Amino acid sequence: MAVIHDPLQKPEGRIETKNTTCYMCACRCGIRVTLRDGEVRYIQGNPEHPLNKGIICAKGASGIMKQYSPARLTKPLRRKEGSNRGDSEFEEISWDEAFGIMEERLAHLRATDPKKFALFTGRDQMQALTGMFAKQYGTPNYAAHGGFCSVNMAAGMIYTMGGSFWEFGGPDLERSKLLIMIGTAEDHHSNPMKMELSKFKRNGGRFISVNPVRTGYSAIADEWVPIKPGTDGALFLALIHELIRTGLYDREFLVQYTNSAELVSTDEDSDDFGLFARTDIPQDPDCFDPQDRVWWDRTQDKAVHARTKETDPYLLGEFKLADGRDAKPAFQLLKDRVEDYTPEWAAEVTGIPAETIKRLAYEMGITARDEKIELPIAWTDVWGNDHDTVTGNPVAFHAMRGLAAHSNGFQTIRALTILMTILGTIDRPGGFRHKAPFPRPIPPCAKTPKSPDDVKPNTPLNGMPLGWPATPDDLFVDDKNEPVRLDKAFSWEFPLAAHGMMQNAITNAWRQDPYPIDTMMIFMANMAWNSTMNTTSVRDMLNDKDENGEYKIPYLIVCDAFQSEMVAYADLVLPDTSYLERHDTISMLDRPISEYDGPVDSVRIPVVPPLGDTKPFQEVLIELGSRLKLPAFANKDGSRKYRDYPDFIVNYETEPGSGIGFLAGWRGKGGEKFMKGEPNPNQWEMYEKNNCVFHYEMPKSYQYMRNWNRGYLNWAQEHRLLRYAEPINIHIYSEILMNFRLAAQGKREGKQPPEHLRKRVETYFDPLPFYFEPLENHLTDKHKYPLNAVTQRPMAMYHSWDSQNAWLRQIHTYNFMYVHPKTAAAAGIKDGGWMWAESMHGKVRCLCRYSESVEPGTIWTWNAIGKSKGAWRLDDKANESEKGFLLNHVISEELPPHEAGKHISNSDPNTGQAAWYDVRVRIYPAGDDEPKESYPQFDAMSALPGTGKTQKVIGFFAGMFRKKTG
Amino acid sequence: MTQLALIIDLNVCVGCHACVTSCKEWNTSGSAGFMTDENPYGKDPTGTFFNRVQTYEIGEFPSTETLHFPKSCLHCEDPPCVPVCPTGASYKRKEDGIVLVDYDKCIGCRYCSWACPYGAREIDEKQKVMKKCTLCVDRIYDEELPESERKPACVLACPTNARLFGDVHDSESEVSSTIREEGGYQLMPEWGTKPANHYLPRRKTRMHIHEDELQRADNPLKKEERGPRAPVDAPTLDDSTSW
Amino acid sequence: MHPAFSVIFLTTLIGAGQGLFLALITGQSYSALKLLPSQDSTDFYGMGAVIVLLLLIGGLIASFFHLGHPERAWRSAAMWRTSWLSREVIALPTLMGLVFVYGVMQFMGWDTVLFTSAAGANLQLTMIVGIVGALATFALFLCTGMIYACLKFLQEWHSPLTVINYTLLGTASGFILATAFANHNAPELMNFFGIWAIIITLAAFITRAASLMRNSRIKAKSTMQTALGVRHNKIQQKAMGFMGGSVNTRDFFNHASVLMMRNMKWIFIVLAFIIPLITLWYGMSQADTSWLLAAFLIQYVGLIAERWFFFAQANHPQNLYYQTV
Ligand SMILES: Nc1nc2c(c(=O)[nH]1)N[C@H]1C(S)=C(S)[C@@H](COP(=O)(O)OP(=O)(O)OC[C@H]3O[C@@H](n4cnc5c(=O)[nH]c(N)nc54)[C@H](O)[C@@H]3O)O[C@H]1N2
Ligand SMILES: Nc1nc2c(c(=O)[nH]1)N[C@H]1C(S)=C(S)[C@@H](COP(=O)(O)OP(=O)(O)OC[C@H]3O[C@@H](n4cnc5c(=O)[nH]c(N)nc54)[C@H](O)[C@@H]3O)O[C@H]1N2
Ligand code: SF4
Ligand code: SF4
Ligand code: SF4
Ligand code: SF4
Ligand code: SF4
Ligand SMILES: [Mo]
Repeated sequence: MAVIHDPLQKPEGRIETKNTTCYMCACRCGIRVTLRDGEVRYIQGNPEHPLNKGIICAKGASGIMKQYSPARLTKPLRRKEGSNRGDSEFEEISWDEAFGIMEERLAHLRATDPKKFALFTGRDQMQALTGMFAKQYGTPNYAAHGGFCSVNMAAGMIYTMGGSFWEFGGPDLERSKLLIMIGTAEDHHSNPMKMELSKFKRNGGRFISVNPVRTGYSAIADEWVPIKPGTDGALFLALIHELIRTGLYDREFLVQYTNSAELVSTDEDSDDFGLFARTDIPQDPDCFDPQDRVWWDRTQDKAVHARTKETDPYLLGEFKLADGRDAKPAFQLLKDRVEDYTPEWAAEVTGIPAETIKRLAYEMGITARDEKIELPIAWTDVWGNDHDTVTGNPVAFHAMRGLAAHSNGFQTIRALTILMTILGTIDRPGGFRHKAPFPRPIPPCAKTPKSPDDVKPNTPLNGMPLGWPATPDDLFVDDKNEPVRLDKAFSWEFPLAAHGMMQNAITNAWRQDPYPIDTMMIFMANMAWNSTMNTTSVRDMLNDKDENGEYKIPYLIVCDAFQSEMVAYADLVLPDTSYLERHDTISMLDRPISEYDGPVDSVRIPVVPPLGDTKPFQEVLIELGSRLKLPAFANKDGSRKYRDYPDFIVNYETEPGSGIGFLAGWRGKGGEKFMKGEPNPNQWEMYEKNNCVFHYEMPKSYQYMRNWNRGYLNWAQEHRLLRYAEPINIHIYSEILMNFRLAAQGKREGKQPPEHLRKRVETYFDPLPFYFEPLENHLTDKHKYPLNAVTQRPMAMYHSWDSQNAWLRQIHTYNFMYVHPKTAAAAGIKDGGWMWAESMHGKVRCLCRYSESVEPGTIWTWNAIGKSKGAWRLDDKANESEKGFLLNHVISEELPPHEAGKHISNSDPNTGQAAWYDVRVRIYPAGDDEPKESYPQFDAMSALPGTGKTQKVIGFFAGMFRKKTG
Repeated sequence: MTQLALIIDLNVCVGCHACVTSCKEWNTSGSAGFMTDENPYGKDPTGTFFNRVQTYEIGEFPSTETLHFPKSCLHCEDPPCVPVCPTGASYKRKEDGIVLVDYDKCIGCRYCSWACPYGAREIDEKQKVMKKCTLCVDRIYDEELPESERKPACVLACPTNARLFGDVHDSESEVSSTIREEGGYQLMPEWGTKPANHYLPRRKTRMHIHEDELQRADNPLKKEERGPRAPVDAPTLDDSTSW
Repeated sequence: MHPAFSVIFLTTLIGAGQGLFLALITGQSYSALKLLPSQDSTDFYGMGAVIVLLLLIGGLIASFFHLGHPERAWRSAAMWRTSWLSREVIALPTLMGLVFVYGVMQFMGWDTVLFTSAAGANLQLTMIVGIVGALATFALFLCTGMIYACLKFLQEWHSPLTVINYTLLGTASGFILATAFANHNAPELMNFFGIWAIIITLAAFITRAASLMRNSRIKAKSTMQTALGVRHNKIQQKAMGFMGGSVNTRDFFNHASVLMMRNMKWIFIVLAFIIPLITLWYGMSQADTSWLLAAFLIQYVGLIAERWFFFAQANHPQNLYYQTV
């Protein structure tokens, strides 16, 4: 028994503290770890870290129980001969054997058909490395979690304003007066968001939350606006309607910084119908976005080259161009578009009273106009105009998956971005602010390959595995206009699937549609459980064999740190280290932790030695890359280029001599440069000395209006954050979308959608935001399935992976379905009683809890608390599997057959974003004779070799714990 | 006389449980010895915690408030848990008002927990002694820690800074002025326990819009007005005279 | 509150012991005053003291099961200035010591007559020890009762009735035991103890009924509103902060259904009062030790039920914070 005594005495032991970066979630706070006799004693937020400034969350503070969890994998495992996937029968093998198996298999595939190797990575933070590995290998079949996470948010905003919420930008709560938070429960920036929300409220800011449910951050909102799921687009369009009607928009901002005043050809007959009118003023041929648009000047009453000095365009009206074509400013088109989207109309759709919608519009408009901020910061715009001040309209928005995870999310988020824009709040104090490396051109320059010929044996992929199509010709399709990628991203089904569509990888691979693959490697994704829809069937697919008794997905490699549900299906298991045991980078090439004031990146440095035979996945990739002699990892003579991952990080450059590597800080021989510079052999030490972060604070004059800020753009170009130092004007009207529509209408040369998709592309690629019901609604009997079902993230749990954590699982041991009392009572369901929730795809039995903080047409539960029996080294009787449930069983990864096809993914038709929150259900009580347990249940997973002992009682005492537990 | 205490600001607490686990983490390897967890990987996991966060719903849809409510020992100024303790293991420190349990003396009779109306004491089921929030007395005076960190673990952790720590007897202190200005209150005042910890209520920011704020001099729509323009080919003076 | 069986056995066993001791001393006083025939010091007072001591020791042993650290029990006498528990911890061994001395004196016949009154009443040495013991008995009843009665927010307990009931119930069970014991060892005293037993049992019934009535009318001073400091009449807990239970849900809730509570009330009324009275009456009329002993045992079971109910009925204000059990 550990010493215990008067609380004033100090326990003994050798104490040391080390800094690193947390990875209990994607927030990536700086942490300080105190060790006693080598065991983790205390993990606190690093007070000197720019992101979290010393604070930590429930998960971060429970890192000890993750580190010493019995569910940790410690040995490479091979599925036992003769056993089935899912039986979790494994034998320990050595790393040498594991590498041998992978090398042989992957080398063969690379030499024959590299696309037969698919690499999918979940909630990881190393896409820079995994993506580059896939490209070097030559497979297009790579994606990370973005497609099932929030690509709608990224794409909807980036295609509109070159930046986005998520990890790319956020609300400036330090200066804002009004915050409207939409569909966010916890989010990625979770600790800083909490810190800022509290400061914001204490400064007298007004916080409004639009959400069907009042939990998470919304709990402390000054006003809660309950909304029916999937209808936010209607709300935004009505707000835009009201703001335009009352003239509460920021005209100056719209004129100069957006395409609002630019004339669009409205002549149905002309061949540039729907495209911007252009001048013939010569443009730099190397520029990204030619500034050749046309305004109608108010004083001269004639067409002029847009943004000519001393001109002032009309935003509204209808004009005839010199050649007789009709044209309207984009803003007039927007006004026309929202004409019928009245607050009264939206009230019907959203369930929010029209009065409330109007008041919200006025609150936004009046705050933006009357509480203007003028900061004495002089700056110059790209057109050479000097400004003495930076202006801000202090209305901030924040939104995440409540918008993103619907199949109408892309257009909804475009509407939101336009709402933010007409209020004049983009990259301005008190509004939305970018984080480096954003803003980016619209769309960003990275492109995928465009043809099957770009995938060749023993050759790196010709293009990025993921990118941003700018025109239909950028699509990654074959000559029949069919997908080249396994997940069908960047095809006509999902043209703007910028993050890939991992949610369909397993189903497509199983159906061998568009083609069979051989080896699928899954890193840090629990695709046999919570990152998959239709979970039961997907588990069957993972285990399904063809007539010859061969698995439909021949080989599965899983790299995980814990005994997750996914691991059970692996043929080969690679045990990863914990975040406290490895080197890692949070890189500018991926999604860094930049602040509004400048770029920030950070690293992890091991604080404890790796457990057992665990090996960082980073090292696995370096080793595999070296063995396969991928160009980036091997010297000319085929010898290994990098000793290990730390060595790779220091010495790797994106191109020989580019000076750009994974880490932006302390570059150059002696660490004197940043962003760009020769490799510095002491880079790791310098990070270590500096709290594991690099933070460059830009001059104040570069911190705002970055889309148009000459100083910033030049700086960013010089430091190679951007290729072009050109204005990034906001796309109120999206010509990019129009081009896809024109192709679908057969009015555009180049790549054409297959016939069955023409209608779909034409409909959803609307250059102006519009509202449509989520796709599944069109195909569901809404009378039979009257309710929406959604999930949210609990603050004290990360996805599926914290149930192995002895402290966190006490907080969320199982989950209830929260139902409005009237809704539940009408269905005859008791508070605390067992109930069924059934969609047209499947059903779950779960426990009901009445709640007054949910919109009556919605039911919800915490995400991924329910677990499959025996996973995560929990007992068979654990509440997670007996009472807990996973909503994913009622969500389908594919839509019912309809005119666009038989197997169309249940995703946004623009971006391929998984539509988690579209599902409709009905509810009814469970019978008295039914078992008092959740449904579905699965056979128990047995303990894997190498995992730990689960004790009946634990008493953690750092420095004594390991000895005691053995 | 000093009375150290926590002030919990319900206006900003988002119910994240950071204070719960950071407390457990600091204390489980501290002077309280380990803090037991039973069935950590089985049915009905349970353990000793000094601090818990609960959730309440107030009112009816759509005017519902979701309230997160952290609670640990309130370090009562007149703590009923202390006089009942037969061994003297429970005591209130004169110098700073912290109510502590001397784990070496406690016989684990649970009587003090009966005597606490707030349910703030938890017996450790394995160590068999009564445990409770120590206000991190082993942090706040530890001269080896940087001064800024001589605060309770939960206070350092709290992402919303909803937990303030200080001397509620010092009327100049931040906590005292916050209590005064923000309407700080005590739990269950009816028992006269005078909890040192205080809670700050929800405070609403509202916006009032006046009709005339909508009639704006700077209405940009005015700029869009194009004077009525007669068609160029309709008759004018030019058509009937020449000068 | 969650009924703690160690405490239930402690209080019922020592209660019976205390009651029996009071019976012995009452009997001895009557004898001294020549109101009753005097008894054999070994067979009756000596053996009686042994039974008392056994009951007290039984109670003491039961109490150790309530302690996390019984080896430190010696510490618990320290806070007698403030803690009724500490006072109990002093009173119980004191009583045990006095009973022991009393018994030894009776066995050894160390019983000098100190004084004889004109009427022929004798004041014996054992009588002095007995009276001091009786005082200690009352002190112990007071301590035990006050342990519960002093907790003011346990409103069901916070009443003089708690002390009175402890005293009367313990005394009643002791007197019934004394009746049985007398029937066996000193038959001529049987009716004396029996009648007192009936009177005290009836008195206990009245005071216990009074406390039942009082408790049924209690209006809880603490409410969700005062517990949270929120003024709204609709407050509902949705999460306690943990789901697998905690000390707060284990120690402070009876986990009994309303039905079980109601049944238990009738069970203890019947078992602690009604049947024992009838059995006692019958046993007395038959002068049958087995029936009298049965009366005691049945009542003892009834008292266990009574004590269970006593705990279970007490509604701790902390429970307001743990509503979603
Ligand atoms: N603690 C913790 N933090 C996490 C995670 C975790 O698992 N745990 N996961 C991380 C990840 S990967 C992500 S993607 C982020 C996501 O962070 P969030 O975007 O906050 O994700 P959700 O919890 O899905 O919250 C979605 C919210 O949208 C609401 N909602 C659903 N449909 C609609 C709708 O149609 N309209 C509106 N207005 N609201 C709607 C839901 O009620 C819910 O409150 O969180 C990250 N942070
Ligand atoms: N119903 C519903 N489903 C959802 C969502 C929803 O809102 N509702 N949200 C979706 C979203 S946005 C996301 S991002 C996905 C997330 O889904 P996933 O990416 O599947 O996330 P996790 O469940 O956390 O699983 C990650 C896996 O990583 C493992 N892991 C943890 N730490 C490490 C490590 O250090 N190394 C390695 N190699 N492995 C590790 C875990 O054990 C686990 O098996 O879920 C999606 N699923
Ligand atoms: S929010 Fe919590 S879990 Fe996520 S990185 Fe920060 S401390 Fe770690
Ligand atoms: S809250 Fe309870 S344990 Fe803490 S001092 Fe007050 S009465 Fe004692
Ligand atoms: S449990 Fe310990 S601290 Fe509490 S009253 Fe008993 S001896 Fe005192
Ligand atoms: S003050 Fe210390 S012991 Fe008390 S709740 Fe906070 S962290 Fe826990
Ligand atoms: S850490 Fe702060 S915000 Fe989180 S639950 Fe505790 S008091 Fe509330
Ligand atoms: Mo996500």
